[in-house]
Amino acid sequence: MMTSPVKLVMQESDSNQTMASEPRSVSVRWPEVLTALMLMGIAAMVIIDSLRVGAGWAEDGPRAGYFPFYIGLILMAASTWILISQLRKWNASNAEFADREQLGRVVSIFIPMVVFVAGIAVLGIYVSSALLIAYFMVRYGKNKPWLTALVSLGVPLLLFAVFERWFLVLLPKGPLEQLLGF
Amino acid sequence: MQELLDLGHGFSVALTLPNIGYMVIGILLGVLIGVLPGLGGANGVAILLPLTFSMNPTSAIIMLSCIYWGALFGGAITSILFNIPGEPWSVATTFDGFPMAQQGKAAQALTAAFTSSFVGALFAVLLITFLAPVLARFALKFGPPEFFAVQLLTFCSFVGMSKEAPAKTLAAMMLGFALAAVGMDSVTGQLRMTYGVPDLLKGFDFLIAVIGLFGIGEILLTMEEGLAFKGKSAKISAKVVWQTWGQLLRHWPLFLRSMAIGCWMGITPGGATPASFMSYGMARRVSRDPSSFGKGRIEGVIAPETAAHAAGTSALLPMLTLGIPGSPTAAVLLGGLLIWGLQPGPMLFIEQKDFVWGLIASMYLGNLVGLIVVLTTVPWWAAILRIPFAVIAPVIIAICAVGAYTVHSSMFDVVLMLVFGVVGYVFKKLSYPLAPLVLALVLGDMAEASFRQSMLLSQGKLSVFWSNPLVGTLTSVALLMLLWPVLSSLVRGLSSGRRRADLGAKP
Repeated sequence: MMTSPVKLVMQESDSNQTMASEPRSVSVRWPEVLTALMLMGIAAMVIIDSLRVGAGWAEDGPRAGYFPFYIGLILMAASTWILISQLRKWNASNAEFADREQLGRVVSIFIPMVVFVAGIAVLGIYVSSALLIAYFMVRYGKNKPWLTALVSLGVPLLLFAVFERWFLVLLPKGPLEQLLGF
Repeated sequence: MQELLDLGHGFSVALTLPNIGYMVIGILLGVLIGVLPGLGGANGVAILLPLTFSMNPTSAIIMLSCIYWGALFGGAITSILFNIPGEPWSVATTFDGFPMAQQGKAAQALTAAFTSSFVGALFAVLLITFLAPVLARFALKFGPPEFFAVQLLTFCSFVGMSKEAPAKTLAAMMLGFALAAVGMDSVTGQLRMTYGVPDLLKGFDFLIAVIGLFGIGEILLTMEEGLAFKGKSAKISAKVVWQTWGQLLRHWPLFLRSMAIGCWMGITPGGATPASFMSYGMARRVSRDPSSFGKGRIEGVIAPETAAHAAGTSALLPMLTLGIPGSPTAAVLLGGLLIWGLQPGPMLFIEQKDFVWGLIASMYLGNLVGLIVVLTTVPWWAAILRIPFAVIAPVIIAICAVGAYTVHSSMFDVVLMLVFGVVGYVFKKLSYPLAPLVLALVLGDMAEASFRQSMLLSQGKLSVFWSNPLVGTLTSVALLMLLWPVLSSLVRGLSSGRRRADLGAKP
């Protein structure tokens, strides 16, 4: 009987947690609307530029904007349809896009990706890859230092061997490679 | 029997030592791609495509198509052992495959899956062998209106057969066409939709789109789930293989039905994923005991795997004969052909006999090699899946970036890949289909060219698409497919309205 109060407390805290985490989700409403608006914007860009280059008929045949103009029109119609059907069921639809925790995880992987791509321009693809792999292994994998070092250095070296040496495809390089004379 | 002679010649092209080497490498890479999350048939082939530019086209396509077979095989491994579909077309395999593994019958499930895949692919290759030359000869008579009608049919059937909302299918497809039109217009030389950005001059390359949409998008989706692999291990012994094969023989009607569904869905661009679901659904419906499905029935593994492979393979039939791919991966292979200077379509069968028949022969060999390779190497692939995601994810991201960069040696493409990655993630979440987007991006220029040529022929009159029975039928069927969602809902509305009227209730 000694354990029962503890159990009770634990149960309480459990139910508190679920209570707190349940409403923390993002519904599909806004993502749907924003995507539809984005597509409408693209459609507008397509239509405007097709009209600029000419969507009609020249002496020698259809002008450059002839085909894209209609593509733009159909895209505009389809995305408007999506937008309207979403607006019409605004209060009814509660389908979940993702919960906060999931979105957090997605952002936590996307930001390093952006940094990695920016890093390619500055440091070259090999150094940037090594840093990306090392970051993930330390941050999420909690791997031992020697394993982290092995994988994060080994993969770029393997890429180097395959691309630069074997297939003779040149990849972006940075100051380190220059220092080493490549 | 000209086909058999040609095929024999094809075998002599494909059966050289280097080509068999490329086959084995291709299969191994393909299974690896199929097993790893974030890498799939389409983007795997897209990433490796630049590496093959220096190879001779026949060896290159043999290796790339073997990557495709490998990816098809690989998807089954993760589905059965880990309950994680490595590829979308192996989702249906998890329904009965994973329960079988939980009951300790992983080896049987894997053997059944691999064998069904092989049988499905073999049937589709036979179909290609005998149907492709006929179709190519027939298509030789095609003019621009016929080609545009076929392309129209392809795209309209996406709208008609997709399980996603028709408006979303249409929007995704038009986005693909719009992106394809960016850059220099090949007829007039005018710049379109570049809005003064020099990086857009060369347009959007579909390879970048594929790597972003399927590769980066998939990583983001996988990360959302916060992956923890908890899988069964498996060893396949020769005895189990024999026993399972004996068991499989009894299911021949199921095989036939699944193959037929798969081939139909592969040639019309339904693709492998709907084929696998449809085949699974059919198997359950005709079964004497439908409730036992989902609890580890071997039929539940055979049906989707056979159909998925039959569809995946037969998707190459319209790609080779008409230049219209039936799946995103076939689209990437088509892009490869164009880069090597081979124009897919009916002329390919006349001008590039060695290449075509070498490829067809390699499909037989590749699938046989694939079956042997996967049956013998399953434990290793299962071990790869135990590598934590924290290691695999950054490696895949790096490989995707390398793949995107090598297409044009352009940093802009790598940034574009990230953008497509976000688009892929959002579209997946909002259930916009990605396949029509990719296919439209690939076929956009071709569709536009054949449309403009048709308009030139008719001086701008749309009646050219009904100018003879062939093109008229194609166009009409296409429009029927396009309006299918509207028609079917009308019919449903009418019949339910009548039912309500019968009951005496006011509508």
